[in-house]
Amino acid sequence: MNITEKILSRASGRERVAPDDVVFANVDKVMVHDVSGPGVIAVFEKLRKGGMKIDKLHDPQKVWVAEDHFVPAADKISAQNIVLLTQFARDFGITRHFKYGMGQYGICHTLSHEEAMVLPGEVYVGGDSHTNTTGALGAFAAGLGHTDVAYVLLNGKIWFKVPETLYFRLDGKLPGYVMAKDLILRIIGEIGTDGAAYKTMEFGGTGISGMSVEERLTLTNMTTEAGAKSGIIEPDQKIRDYLAQRGAATYREVHGDTDAQYAKIFEYDASELEPTVAKPFSPENVAPARELSSVPLDKAYIGSCTGAKLEDLRAAAGILRGRKVKIRTEVLPAAISIYRKAMEEGLIKIFMDAGAMVGPPTCGACCGAHMGVLAKDEVCISTTNRNFPGRMGHVDSKTYLASPLVAAASAVTGKITDPRDIK
Amino acid sequence: MEPFSKIRSVATPLDKVNVDTDQIVPKQFLKLVQKTGFGQYLFYDWRYGTDGAPRKDFVLNDPAFRGSKILLAGNNFGCGSSREHAVWALLDFGFRAVISTSFADIFYNNCFKNGILPVRVDEKTLRMLFENRSEVEIDLEAQTVTSGEISAHFEIESHWKKVLLEGLDDIAATLRHGEEISRYENLHKDCDPRAS
Repeated sequence: MNITEKILSRASGRERVAPDDVVFANVDKVMVHDVSGPGVIAVFEKLRKGGMKIDKLHDPQKVWVAEDHFVPAADKISAQNIVLLTQFARDFGITRHFKYGMGQYGICHTLSHEEAMVLPGEVYVGGDSHTNTTGALGAFAAGLGHTDVAYVLLNGKIWFKVPETLYFRLDGKLPGYVMAKDLILRIIGEIGTDGAAYKTMEFGGTGISGMSVEERLTLTNMTTEAGAKSGIIEPDQKIRDYLAQRGAATYREVHGDTDAQYAKIFEYDASELEPTVAKPFSPENVAPARELSSVPLDKAYIGSCTGAKLEDLRAAAGILRGRKVKIRTEVLPAAISIYRKAMEEGLIKIFMDAGAMVGPPTCGACCGAHMGVLAKDEVCISTTNRNFPGRMGHVDSKTYLASPLVAAASAVTGKITDPRDIK
Repeated sequence: MEPFSKIRSVATPLDKVNVDTDQIVPKQFLKLVQKTGFGQYLFYDWRYGTDGAPRKDFVLNDPAFRGSKILLAGNNFGCGSSREHAVWALLDFGFRAVISTSFADIFYNNCFKNGILPVRVDEKTLRMLFENRSEVEIDLEAQTVTSGEISAHFEIESHWKKVLLEGLDDIAATLRHGEEISRYENLHKDCDPRAS
């Protein structure tokens, strides 16, 4: 069995599982945020109207709550939703609630690793499609709709059809100025936005073991954009060290067997990768950054669970140090803990000296909700994960997806720029 | 939920691929805490101009498709955000089925939780349905889609078929098996200490 099959077999108390088996798996962690939380509350209300008594969750210790999409409160309704979410957490005894304005908070997927909320070998579900992100720690991590999340909250388990696994092997070392983002965009460009539909995307090879934990998280984060059920990477010493630094040492790692089976294996040579951009209006619409050097921009956005981790900010700062931005540039660290480290390392000063705006953690502009949305016909280069029509604002705005290095280089020139070409 | 057996209606053709859930319900409407009333926001940015007036060139505003219960759409329908509001909006607007060549996973599952039937057909059948423009009948029991000369079989997992045919709420459906679940857990609790 491969790692995904082994996690699901353990979680469902079976000796063996194979793709297409349906298993009833115990869930170790559940996450809701300020969009899916109110969605779950609506489902609970409907169930109550149908005569169901709901006064406790299966295990509130397994549940955690993030405030990220519409915070800082975008308007009166968002503010009310935060009140509602807080009441929900209180009513059901959920103690791990990351509230904005009260110390650590941030984008749910970033907190999942920053706070070691999810551990290797676990089954983790969340009310958000990018829940896949956390699979980089060696967990089975998948997003669910509100009804399914409500079900897990009440019952502690859920049905899964065991997915087939596509294995992506990266060998070698990434060249300078090339990041995990460039690899995942290249992959999505090849397999398409439904290329991994209901499949797991597993990453391995020397290129992956050489990659930092944060970079690996960029890969699993965007498996969602290929339609994947989950993304996963086998845990190694880097994961153990990363989690140990965050106070987590006790967990049961799962590794694939030596004869693990995969539906298909894709191979990549790291040395052949280059800075890559996804053009509007799909993450599969990729091209080398150099081919797009004539595209003028209105804004550069360095934010989100995909592209505002500490190393993403370091990469962007490396380009922006001593330079000035030519277009509106927004930097929003993905969690307060990252913001603090960026401040301590002097990155925030570099951004401000370059003329960029530094904002608080939020999903806001990435999903076009608030805090810097795009106007009609505006063009943005962004470290985020989606560029569907209207994703970051007006339905006639355009978003190009890129690594933090490409976004920062483009901020300096005002056009899409390969960071290798910055003078 | 209302049981689903056979529906017959004109099919609304939305000939676009990769329609994501943000097009189905734009993010500004996610803040509302209810399950009903989302129909008015369905495909909002395509349906209304910036002045708020209905756009004549958008298919949902075409009187020919008023009252339609079936949506026809291109490949990978429902990709993007996991928001269940997308399904709530389709249902609230009056759709009971969506026909496409493929659906995004989370959206596909969300459909069954809310009494919507997602029907997967091959590319050729979908094209014929787009061109045909006459009434479409979906028979869930027989797993067929028919329209004029077109007749196609579709696959559906037996569990989901039962849930829709009987109009079962997913949570209610599982609770029906409470006894079996407890029995299973008792049998397996020695294998996995967490199955308590």
